[in-house]
Amino acid sequence: MKQLALVIDLNVCVGCHACVTSCKEWNTSGTAGSMSDFNPYEEDPTGTFFNRVQTFEIGTYPKTETVHFPKSCLHCEEPPCVPVCPTGASYKREEDGIVLVDYDKCIGCKYCSWACPYGARELDESQKVMKKCTLCVDRIYDQTLPESERKPACVLACPTSARLFGDVKDPDSNVSITIRENGGYQLMPEWGTKPANHYLPRRKTKMTIHKDELTRVDNPLNKERQLPMPDSDEQTLDDIMSW
Amino acid sequence: MSSPLHDPLSTTVDDNSLIEVKNTTCYMCACRCGIRVTVRDGEVRYIQGNPDHPLNKGVICAKGASGIMKQYSPGRLTKPLLRKAGSDRGDNEFEEISWDQAYAILEERLAHIRATDPKKFALFTGRDQMQALTGLFSKQYGTPNYAAHGGLCSVNMAAGMIYTIGGSFWEFGGPDLDRAKLFVMIGTAEDHHSNPMKIALSKFKRNGGRFIAINPVRSGYAAIADEWIPIKPGTDGALFLALTNEIIKQGLYDRDFVINQTNAAELVNMDEKSTEYGMFVRFEVPKEEGCFDAQNKLWWDRDLNKPISMHTEGVDPYLLGEFKLDDGTPVKPAFQLLVDRVKNYTADWAAGITGIPAETIKRLAHEMGITARDEKIELPIAWTDAWGKEHDRVTGNPVAFHAMRGLAAHSNGFQTIRAMSILMSILGTIDRPGGFRHKAPFPRPIPPCAKTGTSWDDVQPNTPLNGMPLGWPADPDDLFVDEHGGPIRIDKAFSWEHPLSVHGLMHNAITNAWRGDPYKIDTLLIFMSNMAWNSTMNTEQVRQMLNDKDADGEYKIPFLVVCDAFQSETVAFADLVLPDTTYLERHDVMSMLDRPISEFEGPVDSVRIPVLPPTGECKPFQEVLIELGSRLKLPAFVNENGTRKFRDYPDFVVNYETAPDSGIGFLSGWRGKGGEKFMKGEPNPNQWEMYEKNNCVYHHELPKSYQYMRNWNQGYLEWAKRHSLTRYAEPINIHIYSEVLQKFRSAAQGRSDGKQPPDHLRARIETHFDPLPFYSDPLESQLTDLHKYPLNAITQRPMAMYHSWDSQNAWLRQIHAHNYLHVNSKTARAANIEDGAWMWIESMHGKVRCMCRYSESVEPGTVWTWNAIGKASGAWGLSGKANESKKGFLLNHLISEELPAHKDGDHLSNSDPVTGQAGWYDVRVRIYPAAADEPHITSPQFDTIPTAPGSKKFGSHWLRYFAGKRTKK
Repeated sequence: MKQLALVIDLNVCVGCHACVTSCKEWNTSGTAGSMSDFNPYEEDPTGTFFNRVQTFEIGTYPKTETVHFPKSCLHCEEPPCVPVCPTGASYKREEDGIVLVDYDKCIGCKYCSWACPYGARELDESQKVMKKCTLCVDRIYDQTLPESERKPACVLACPTSARLFGDVKDPDSNVSITIRENGGYQLMPEWGTKPANHYLPRRKTKMTIHKDELTRVDNPLNKERQLPMPDSDEQTLDDIMSW
Repeated sequence: MSSPLHDPLSTTVDDNSLIEVKNTTCYMCACRCGIRVTVRDGEVRYIQGNPDHPLNKGVICAKGASGIMKQYSPGRLTKPLLRKAGSDRGDNEFEEISWDQAYAILEERLAHIRATDPKKFALFTGRDQMQALTGLFSKQYGTPNYAAHGGLCSVNMAAGMIYTIGGSFWEFGGPDLDRAKLFVMIGTAEDHHSNPMKIALSKFKRNGGRFIAINPVRSGYAAIADEWIPIKPGTDGALFLALTNEIIKQGLYDRDFVINQTNAAELVNMDEKSTEYGMFVRFEVPKEEGCFDAQNKLWWDRDLNKPISMHTEGVDPYLLGEFKLDDGTPVKPAFQLLVDRVKNYTADWAAGITGIPAETIKRLAHEMGITARDEKIELPIAWTDAWGKEHDRVTGNPVAFHAMRGLAAHSNGFQTIRAMSILMSILGTIDRPGGFRHKAPFPRPIPPCAKTGTSWDDVQPNTPLNGMPLGWPADPDDLFVDEHGGPIRIDKAFSWEHPLSVHGLMHNAITNAWRGDPYKIDTLLIFMSNMAWNSTMNTEQVRQMLNDKDADGEYKIPFLVVCDAFQSETVAFADLVLPDTTYLERHDVMSMLDRPISEFEGPVDSVRIPVLPPTGECKPFQEVLIELGSRLKLPAFVNENGTRKFRDYPDFVVNYETAPDSGIGFLSGWRGKGGEKFMKGEPNPNQWEMYEKNNCVYHHELPKSYQYMRNWNQGYLEWAKRHSLTRYAEPINIHIYSEVLQKFRSAAQGRSDGKQPPDHLRARIETHFDPLPFYSDPLESQLTDLHKYPLNAITQRPMAMYHSWDSQNAWLRQIHAHNYLHVNSKTARAANIEDGAWMWIESMHGKVRCMCRYSESVEPGTVWTWNAIGKASGAWGLSGKANESKKGFLLNHLISEELPAHKDGDHLSNSDPVTGQAGWYDVRVRIYPAAADEPHITSPQFDTIPTAPGSKKFGSHWLRYFAGKRTKK
């Protein structure tokens, strides 16, 4: 069994939104497009995005962490959006686990978005169909693309390579190894949705300073005759001592 | 609109016969990443990072991936426009004219000015990436009044570092995060240097490096730091000086590096009665010709206990102490002067200024010093130093720094950045693995050779300017001043007010021209800079100045020409508007003569090649300059018989040489008749094709032995000279002690011959041209009632926006449609302001109503906002009610372009007194709640401007972008 997914490394995500717009750029003119925008140049613009970055603060100044959190469809193994769909538009592909929406069957009833605990689905208010991340299914199998580019647009774009893509069911895949070795976790596992996408936590590098690192014989100040020295014509004990 | 599709796999949307893919270079910000643009049936389908490009290696950012929405924005200008008779500037009332008319107007006006009084034409440009051309045009025209945007951007960073280590961050050098172990990022917003920084930072973290962010705000890059150290704005200099103090006190400096690679061991004349006081002692005094440091200084030999010529083989000099020469002259090594300087700059002292606990400062110093000393890198790369000594390895101390506008945009920024450069130097990290590394054409001499004119003699009618439009003063005699020491340039750059203003002071050009100080001008041409909005300080009044008239009804700035691709706020004020193309519609060069995109490993330059035809009647500004240069018969643009020399800009790029047969042109790659040469060689008629075939980029990788220690690397220095990057192959020793600054101070003290400052500026020069870094509060803070205005207010750019460019972008504006003032929750509560509530922020210059956002990631004495999200109503193709104008705001209204009148002068620029860098982040403010009955709208507001002819308001509530007309069903 294959389950394609994204692994998102919060340790390096700087919240630049490259994934947000590269996704929109690829998909609006692709098979999942268009991705409409309402009031694009007016008050309160709002449009369809498959992927958004939320930024939030944790803690109280000065002990603050600022977290950038990219979020898109998690392609759950037990997707709650699928069984609630009255028309069968929402479905999970057996061959690779990608959760998709068949726009022709979708009636825009929004049951799926209510069922999704992650808020990952967005109704395209122009076409009145539900839209979501397809893992760029129209890129990843496209034999006309070089193999290195058969990846979701967000993965190719990400400047910090915070987004990894692969089969989380293959224990030898890059994503499985990364999840295993770096404490990859799922969002809200208690819901039993078994989200395929994983996140990697922040990791801190610290430095320990040992005392002897500051008191060394090779201190270069020793070369600068910094201790006071009397002139050689001044009297010394050597000149006057009698015993 | 596309039809809904059943199975995404069953249909291929992309009909390959309609697809075209081209490489070019991005311009959604100043990074200049390589991009691959897919066009379907004439419309942009996809813009991706070019995986074969050395700068971005295939990645792209939010802006780059939104280039489609820039291309098709309703904010675009498409026709040349002339202000409607009877309308006011700012009304945005225009009539369409033809290019022939536009050229005729410009030709007549500019030819007359050039023949009579060329200084009355001024050209100022924004972040144009074509300064090689705009500078050339201005020089050929003969006006002294040209500058790019650096003065209002980060010129302190360039000047402070280049006057110290011969190179600087971003285009000219940067942190080697491939090998660094400790990385300290300080005063860096989220955009400087965008994708390369993100790529490097993520690799660095994954390799286990330790990342410390020092910034008043924790956002963007600082969010992923291992440690965030909040600091009060404008106090970075105090931190660097305290770190230097602690590092020296603990003996954590790299003694060998300090002796051999810097001027720290050189002896300084301490005889206060001497005209040579404060200067290095020379052991022979031949005339020092050329812009390099002659190797004629002295060290104090510890074994012989006497002075000896510097770099004598086998000599180990003292760094500390005081000595007497045979003639009785007291001398000290420069390092002793540094130690004397930092003696009182203790961690405890700095804690009170920076807000960083003393223990943290000490620990930071120890982390830096111990990492540099104990985590040394040794690469088996043999090289020969400038004194002929052979080395079998390259050593690195893996502590790297990056800094940008947070340090630069303060009036004490130059000395702060000098202090940082000195800290980096005593840690032994310059052009070594894991530290700071140069990018060609740097390192250059300290300072580089280029010089401006020096008197009015250099400005003559119908004659090119004698001297470069921008230069690097090394001495008071290099200043561009009249016989009384007064400024020659309209922005007063290179005058005693701001002697080292190496990128001009664009932020004072309008105010000075309006006041007629130092003189009136006739025509101001602004290219791609939003000087009636976010790129100017004191926005509201500057808008009035642009519209202000003399008693005779003539505008105080008689003719204003604006070239831009978009309906900026500034366009609305133009008399003549020239519609520029987008980056996808034109040829461009990222030239070695400007700011190329070089890598640590060697020079790189690149080009843009049009992917799409120009929209409407847009013309690239380069073509406009070539046309005007030809019409005005500027020597570089015409043949000897006065006929036009270059067909168009691409032809110019191939065939222009900086001097007859110099072999140096705008592009360094594939020169020579068949493209067999680089850097220098005859024009190659197929140069563009060769760039196009090679991902639009030329990358020359230096041999490994030339990649490090380049200030002192004989092989590299000779290579650089051979390929005409530099004039001399002399070593470039780091200026721990700046004799250049001392020369200006000596002049101010009346100690030296040569040009003298006007008396009212003597004290200012004496104070700020200190040959060693010192800390002083920013000038505006010194002149503000800090009881009334206790808070600092700063801005930064978000990663998804570049200046004011992207509000017109339907996708990017959904990320940032308006901005808040971010206030520490404690500070906000103390002022009775609720989260999300309307509030006022006020400085001594003005006040702005905006919305408050509580934050725990900002230092409590600082408030901040995103820059340039706020827009004037109706600008940038947005509706008059757009969030950008109703909820968004500019902090610029609070910031003055001039300091309050004080002892040094009445109209001094609000800038660093050394460099003229705009002191954006010096402003002090207070905050208070808006009254309950006030409207929920930002203040100030400006009248909604109408749509200009040639631009179209977007006619629908829905945008459903789907590339390719014929594929749409």
